[in-house]
Amino acid sequence: MKASAPPKSESFKLSMLLSDTRYRGTSLQVITFIIFVAVFFWLVDNTIKNLALLGKDVSFNFLFLRAGYDINQRLIPYTSDSTHGRAAFVGILNTLLVALVGCLFATILGLFVGILRLSKNWLVAKLMSIYIEGFRNVPVLLWIVMIFALLTEFTPAPKAFKGADPQATMLLFDSIAITNRGTYFPAPIFGEGSFWLLLSFILSVIIVIFIRKNANKQKKETGKSFPTFWISVLIIILPTLGFYFLLGKPISLEYPYLKGFNFKDGIHLRNSFLALTLALALYTSAFIAEIVRAGILAISKGQSEAAASLGLRPNKIMNLIILPQALRIIVPPLISNYLNLTKNSSLAIAVGYMDVRGTLGGITLNQTGRELESMLLLMGFYLCVSLLISSVINYYNRSFQIVVR
Amino acid sequence: MRKSLFMVLSSILLILGGQAAFSGGHSVTLDDVKARGNLLCGVSTGAPGFATVDDSGKDVGFDVDYCRALAAAIFGDPMAVKFVGLTSAVRFTALAAGEVDILARNTTWTYSRDTDLKQTFLGVNYYDGQGFMVKKDLGVNSTLELDGATVCIQVGTTTELNLADYFKENGMSYEPVPTADNAESQQQYLAGACDTYTTDASALHGTRVNLENPDDHLVLPEIISKEPLGPLVRHGDDNWADIGRWVLNALIIAEEKGITKSNIDSWKDTKDAEIHRLLGTGDDDILAMVGLPKNAMYNAIKAGGNYGEIFENNLGATSGINIERGVNASWTKGGILYSPPFR
Repeated sequence: MKASAPPKSESFKLSMLLSDTRYRGTSLQVITFIIFVAVFFWLVDNTIKNLALLGKDVSFNFLFLRAGYDINQRLIPYTSDSTHGRAAFVGILNTLLVALVGCLFATILGLFVGILRLSKNWLVAKLMSIYIEGFRNVPVLLWIVMIFALLTEFTPAPKAFKGADPQATMLLFDSIAITNRGTYFPAPIFGEGSFWLLLSFILSVIIVIFIRKNANKQKKETGKSFPTFWISVLIIILPTLGFYFLLGKPISLEYPYLKGFNFKDGIHLRNSFLALTLALALYTSAFIAEIVRAGILAISKGQSEAAASLGLRPNKIMNLIILPQALRIIVPPLISNYLNLTKNSSLAIAVGYMDVRGTLGGITLNQTGRELESMLLLMGFYLCVSLLISSVINYYNRSFQIVVR
Repeated sequence: MRKSLFMVLSSILLILGGQAAFSGGHSVTLDDVKARGNLLCGVSTGAPGFATVDDSGKDVGFDVDYCRALAAAIFGDPMAVKFVGLTSAVRFTALAAGEVDILARNTTWTYSRDTDLKQTFLGVNYYDGQGFMVKKDLGVNSTLELDGATVCIQVGTTTELNLADYFKENGMSYEPVPTADNAESQQQYLAGACDTYTTDASALHGTRVNLENPDDHLVLPEIISKEPLGPLVRHGDDNWADIGRWVLNALIIAEEKGITKSNIDSWKDTKDAEIHRLLGTGDDDILAMVGLPKNAMYNAIKAGGNYGEIFENNLGATSGINIERGVNASWTKGGILYSPPFR
């Protein structure tokens, strides 16, 4: 800039700001910035004026008022006496739960389907194509509603489990009940001594990780592979089982049982949660499968041919040669699918799942009439979560990209 | 998703909307309605008896008939209404954003809606209360036997809050199953996804008669809340509120006086001055005060009859829903329906 800065002479004219290429870039940016700021302030000003005309102010105090409504799925204690803020937080946790479980399932399923679609087995490949095209080309909302309808219409009501000769029975030694209100699983009860049991379990896992690392290291140095699978299984199971009986069975299961109108105790996975998570996972997995397929196909054929000529088996070729390279291509577009799944979870209201859109952006908004505030908070929440997810995965992504020296 | 669409639309309207200036003297909303040529009336997306679409595709119902009377008062044409179906969750946003001129959507008049939500209730056109419907084979005869039940409930309603309070007061637990509207609640209830469906008793009766086997279902006798339902407009246009309020009052007065859709033309020689003022057959033109034609209330009553006729056609014996008038009878017949004098 210094070299090109004009000397303060009569030769500088105002019109040069636009006509002279030395200034044009900067002056256009300044003009655009001013227009942007002006429009932004006009929007804010107009909003406040319009709200004032309606007699409304912008205030977030409602978050500290009593909510007055109940929420069925609560990961933290909540009653109708809690505040709207806490209701929003219950919703946030519900959203995160769906996003987490959904992403996990979508990734595992997508990976399998993507690889299987490349199978040489005609039937398997075609079935996977049908799966992908079926889920990818139907709006996810329809899948959510469809799965929800299936779950509520074709499963027995809790009442059907009643009586001496019930129409429906629980599965797996009377431990799991599938009803049209959700599925009930036995819940673990942590008694005295369960801390030591968990500790021994965690220690075994750490030992196994250590052994595996060592085996990997040995393999890289000597080229010999040490089978660790059965050793790992034994190390994890034996001490844990031993401690379990030694400590007098500290962890027991609490079975769901029918009482009154519904099943009591146990873990209750509501149909709204199941339908939403399942639909989102299936839908997103179809996209992930295509990304996985693209990633694998992007690795040149020579790689697998070279590996095959070394005598590696197909599954080893996939695990050792192809996937590690393909991951570099797969992970970046994977992020946007995780973000999509998280944002699509706001369709929860269609099946009455109480996510943050349902509590803060639904009932709270409605009972308090704070549309603008609720929507701003919601947008802020989704923005934060999306940025968080992408930054975490970007960090992960950087860790295995080719290091450029 | 209609719901999200409304949120977005109304937010945009709030942000971009021209700065309409409300002023006293005449009604801006009335001017808008006249310029548009029809009334935008927010109704339920499907509440039998209150707002539904009949076999021929025509909007019918108790709330619908009120809007037709209002349109008739303004335009002389009861069909000059466009009905906008709104779920319970979006109705207030839609009204505040100006997507509808008036909300006649069996909405309960409460303190916070009147003050905090900045709305003006025009009166009560139906005194309702919250009830519960169960399947008879559930073997429940009182709401106090519902401890531990799963309850279908429409989100964003006063019933949702009453439900929480009622179960808490009585030391009972329940599991809410939130639904978007009456149709979804009904479907969930029929599928057995909830033990009981709770909403205003009138809506329960309306829903029950339209079920496949109405006799298999029972509306429990307890009424757990006061739900005075009425039409409402947004704050800030008092003249518009006056118009809506007095059309409602006119329908109620007409029933008191015995003016019906069929005999409305036979009152020209009556000695009752209030009837002359109401039907615009006298010398005074008091309706000019709110910017309506002299025969506005005549047209309003002519549209669907007086309050009693509208009730009978949509909720009473004629409709098949068979709701008793009860407290909704005129004060002259032992009810609490009472209009200030038209003077």
